[in-house]
This record gives sequence, C-alpha cells and structure tokens, in this order.
Amino acid sequence: MRTWLPYPLLSTGLFVMWLLLNQSVAPGSILLGLVLSAVLAWVTLKLQPARSNLHRLGRAFGLAVHVVGDIIRSNIAVTGIILRSRRRPANAGFLTIDLDLDDENALALLACIVTATPGTAWLEYDRRLKTVLIHVLDIENEALWRRTVKGYEAQLKEIFQ
Amino acid sequence: MSHLTDLPPWAAIAVCALLLLGAATTLIGSLGLLRLSDFYERLHAPTIATSGGTILICLASILCFAVLQGRWVFHELLIIFFVTVTTPVTLMLLGQAALYRDRFEERQDVPRKPRPALDEE
Repeated sequence: MRTWLPYPLLSTGLFVMWLLLNQSVAPGSILLGLVLSAVLAWVTLKLQPARSNLHRLGRAFGLAVHVVGDIIRSNIAVTGIILRSRRRPANAGFLTIDLDLDDENALALLACIVTATPGTAWLEYDRRLKTVLIHVLDIENEALWRRTVKGYEAQLKEIFQ
Repeated sequence: MSHLTDLPPWAAIAVCALLLLGAATTLIGSLGLLRLSDFYERLHAPTIATSGGTILICLASILCFAVLQGRWVFHELLIIFFVTVTTPVTLMLLGQAALYRDRFEERQDVPRKPRPALDEE
C-alpha cells in the first residue's frame, strides 16, 4: 500500500479536487483522477516532505469551524480599525509567544491560520527557542491574542500528536 | 448575460447583497493599504480582501449558478481554499523581508533577533 500510495491523504485530496474541477463522476474522469493523484503523489515523494501522524482527523472539522468564526470576527474588528484610523491611529505592536509544537506541518498550518486571519500576521519562528514573533494590529487585547494562538496550538496538538 | 433575468427575486436579492458586501469588504481592505501608516500594519489590510471579500463573492457566485443551473456548484470552494492557503505565504515572505531590512538598518521599534541564552552551551 505504501509503495503504491506514498501519501494517501494527499492523493485523496488531489482526487477530490480533480472531480470538483471536472464537475463529474463519469467513469472516465474518475479513472483519470485516480491515475493523476497516484502519479502526483509519486512526484511529491521526490520533494521529501515531513511526514506527520494524523490522529483524530474528526477534530479537524471543529478546528475549521473555529477558524472560520475567528476570521469573520476579526474581519469586522479590522474593518472598524481601518475606518476609524483617521481619528484614532491603529495601535499595532509585536508579540512573542512560546509554542510547544514540533511537527512541521502543524507549524505550517498554524502559520497559515494566523496570517489568514486579519489582524494577526506570523513573522518569524525561532526553531531553537521555539518562539514565534507575531505582529498584531490591535495590541490592546494582547492577552486575547495569546489565548487565541494557544487555543489553536492545543487543537493542532490533538490532531497531530 | 440575458439569462441572469431568470433568477427568482429572492435569489437575486441574496446574490446582490453578498456581492455588494464582498466588494465593500475588498474596498475597505484596499483603503487600509492607503490609511495605515506602517509597513507591518499594511500587512494586515490585504487579508481582509482575501478572506472576507473572496468568501463573500464566491458565496454569491455559488448561489447564483446553483439557482440558475438547478444543481450545486462547488468550483468556488476550491478558489476559497487556495486563496486562503496561498496568500499567507506571500505575506510571511514580505513580513520577514521587512523585518530583515529594519534589523539591518538598526531601527529601534522592531524586536531584536532573539539571541541564544548563554547557559545553553
């Protein structure tokens, strides 16, 4: 199984994407999708991405809901900050947070989540000290940002370890 | 697009509302680029457009074509997914480049590069 499908999750994702792009479940597109997903997983093998053990995949759904909720909330918050910035300039600042994640894929996912959410941007991760430098648009709620990132970290830890 | 008039009124209103909201969100994101004063602050403005704006406009598109063709259309979910996953990479690169430059110029308002603790050795 491992030799034929080195990255089962990646292959499944590619296959689903292929079907979505084609908008069909005809035998032809299923066959082509299977071949493509297998071959592309083989190509990825050459890149040697870091493997991670995914445990409770069901938790990923909860995380996704959480992220979407946060994105909507911070969209509204940042919209307010931008519209008010004439009268009251944004109070931005840097924030260093200690992390306890070892898995590279989990870190990459956390970086994407943090940066995709308006109002927080992931700047720099220090491998040795295991700290991350984050820039936030609204430093007044520093404790809230720390709690948010720690919450994501805990959820990612459950999924990846 | 003459068949756009085939949209029932409730769908037309919903699609218009979503589109306008998405466009307004994107506009505010662009306005942020103009108004915010610092490079790091401006880093946050485009994420509004790429998260909120993209999601709303894609939802409008999903709704419009789902009603017109009488079946669910999920192309747009891929757009949402890929835009959300790829934008942070660019932003992180830009942010790191800015941080590198500011540290090189020894600006005082950016954090220093963390030094290893001496007792580590």
